[in-house]
Amino acid sequence: MEAIITQQEAKRHPMDNLLRMDRMPHIWCPGCGIGNAVSAFADALDKLEYNLDKLCVVSGIGCTGRVAGYIKVDSFHTTHGRAIPFATGIKLGNPDIKVVVISGDGDLVSIGGNHFVHAARRNIDLTVICVNNFIYAMTGGQVAPTTPTPAYTTTSPFGNFENPSNVPQLAEAAGAVYVARWTALHMRRLTYSIVDALKKPGFSVVEVISPCAMYYSRINKLGDGLDMMKFYYDHSIIKHGEPTDHLEIDYQKEIIVGKFVDRERPTYSESMGKWFED
Amino acid sequence: MKANPRDVFTGTYYIDGDVAAAYGALAAGCKFLGGYPITPSTEAAEAFARKAPYVGAQFIQMEDELGSIASVLGASWSGKKSMTITSGPGYSLMMENIGLGAAMEIPFVIINIQRSGPSTGVPTSTGQADIMQSKWGANGDYEVIALAPESPQESFDFAIKAFNLAERYRVPVMFMADECVGHMTEKVVIPDASEIEVEPRRFYQGKKEEYIPYRRDQDLVPPIVKAGDGYHLYITGLTHDERGYPLLDHRSLPKIEKAKVIHKKSTNPYLVDKIRKNKDEIIEMQEDHLEDAEVVIVSYGITSRVAYRAFEQARQEGIKVGMLRLITVWPFPDDRIAELAKKVKGFVVPEINYGQIVFEVDRCSHGKANTILVPHGGASVHKPDDILGAIKKIVKDNKKYEQVIEYTTTLEKTIFKGSLTEKIKK
Repeated sequence: MEAIITQQEAKRHPMDNLLRMDRMPHIWCPGCGIGNAVSAFADALDKLEYNLDKLCVVSGIGCTGRVAGYIKVDSFHTTHGRAIPFATGIKLGNPDIKVVVISGDGDLVSIGGNHFVHAARRNIDLTVICVNNFIYAMTGGQVAPTTPTPAYTTTSPFGNFENPSNVPQLAEAAGAVYVARWTALHMRRLTYSIVDALKKPGFSVVEVISPCAMYYSRINKLGDGLDMMKFYYDHSIIKHGEPTDHLEIDYQKEIIVGKFVDRERPTYSESMGKWFED
Repeated sequence: MKANPRDVFTGTYYIDGDVAAAYGALAAGCKFLGGYPITPSTEAAEAFARKAPYVGAQFIQMEDELGSIASVLGASWSGKKSMTITSGPGYSLMMENIGLGAAMEIPFVIINIQRSGPSTGVPTSTGQADIMQSKWGANGDYEVIALAPESPQESFDFAIKAFNLAERYRVPVMFMADECVGHMTEKVVIPDASEIEVEPRRFYQGKKEEYIPYRRDQDLVPPIVKAGDGYHLYITGLTHDERGYPLLDHRSLPKIEKAKVIHKKSTNPYLVDKIRKNKDEIIEMQEDHLEDAEVVIVSYGITSRVAYRAFEQARQEGIKVGMLRLITVWPFPDDRIAELAKKVKGFVVPEINYGQIVFEVDRCSHGKANTILVPHGGASVHKPDDILGAIKKIVKDNKKYEQVIEYTTTLEKTIFKGSLTEKIKK
């Protein structure tokens, strides 16, 4: 009898209890990879069997900034670049809460770059999921700090000549204890990586390379979301433990993915607790 | 509710206004300070950092003011009474998240020890030129409460008041001291905890399933919950409805319909209404000899102490002067000024800027009385003689209404041989 499921149950989405179904459909375009990151995150929560009451998701602004609105936990959609300090406040205010920052490359590395660096230095117990789509998509496809040379964007109409950021290298240099990178194609590996990052005490960073079918691919004539996925399939190379200075992403060249940093450093709370012990 | 005895450092002290503000915040139950060093506010953060471990409070020096204010908002959602401490340029950096705080209706306090500006200005000297910024600083429509202490004792008292108001109305409260008050050392009496009234956070009491984040009580203020309690909040800086959900789900509607939906469902009108409709409860001022006054001095912060000297001199000379000192600068006591304007010859408004509150006074007097500004460029305080001169000018000239008159101070006389405006005209 148990095997029979009712029609109502069949209609239920397996992630119903993790997502705000009353806010669906979401705002993301067809072919976008942010949904994959959200699925992987939700799946990771499921695997960890976390108490969802004690979990907070904080987002900044941008396409990925909207993630906060679709995950059914305490979620905060804050100002541009300020997701990490906002999350820091929650974490310090109530250390029992597990705080996760899910935001985009522009939000975390450009306008919020300073906060990213200093939260990693302090080793605040946060997990940061950085969805990197190489572009400012919410505002219509402008050049980002991660845009590879010489990709076209609406504000680099002659191609981008700036050096792009290398997010894992930045995270490692600043002091993050766990750094990994996957693409939106590597769903299983990404999920397990998020599980690892959530379990790791301290500042952990998971970069998710994600297709932006509407702007990045279109402007650069790279096809749709599926074509980008095929590209990831052909060009991503798993190299665990690769030195982070080898991880720069060139335009339409190989993308090195894997887990690059997994080390022990005392977290902010541990250091503080020890300091004031006596 | 009475203050927790652990948080109150009862005793008689000889401390400056900055330190007194920190002690006041602790007494009010503040448990989180995210700050960044900036003259002349550092003494407050230092005092807080010294005391924090003893009262279970937390101090973190963030990487910048953008981070400080964001951490304060986060900490406040975690259930802690929170604040930040800053001055001029740091205050400017915080504006964006003051807007977020107002939109999310987060209770928190900003201690701004004002210095001369604009920009870096004169970091170690006084100013009162952030008063308009405190009301209008962030983008969009919202209301805040601002307090202006005039002594270290008031620094302590008003810090408690600031937290009480913030918790009561779920609103950012600006503690607008000036450098003079911040760095002035005087006797401060910290009473016993049993004598300090503290507003507890107004947590939601009903059933968890029935909780709607922005459903308001009769007084237009929604009760609050904290993160980590299983309410699964969604809180956003986007214009939202009662549930906290962004009002963007109607984008398929034609523009006019969309405007209607947003107008009907948005919580935005309440951001101003909850303050404007409760203003009689919020507004506080100190009045002196207003019954028979012909001229009224309207002042706030350190300037009111200088003004008192002028007030006494004028009374000795037989001029009927009254004092109106703003304790809450925002919301502004519109009705009281309008009422006074009907029966007095004029208002004298000394402030350490080139005219901010004076225009509010002029606006509220509805052309019934003249308003004279005694300006000051900062770096020091007014000379009482200048304020006295302005009082006499109103009495002597006894003119029909004209727009804000600028009094030529002795400083301007000596430097420019006349007022600055006249100098430019020449």
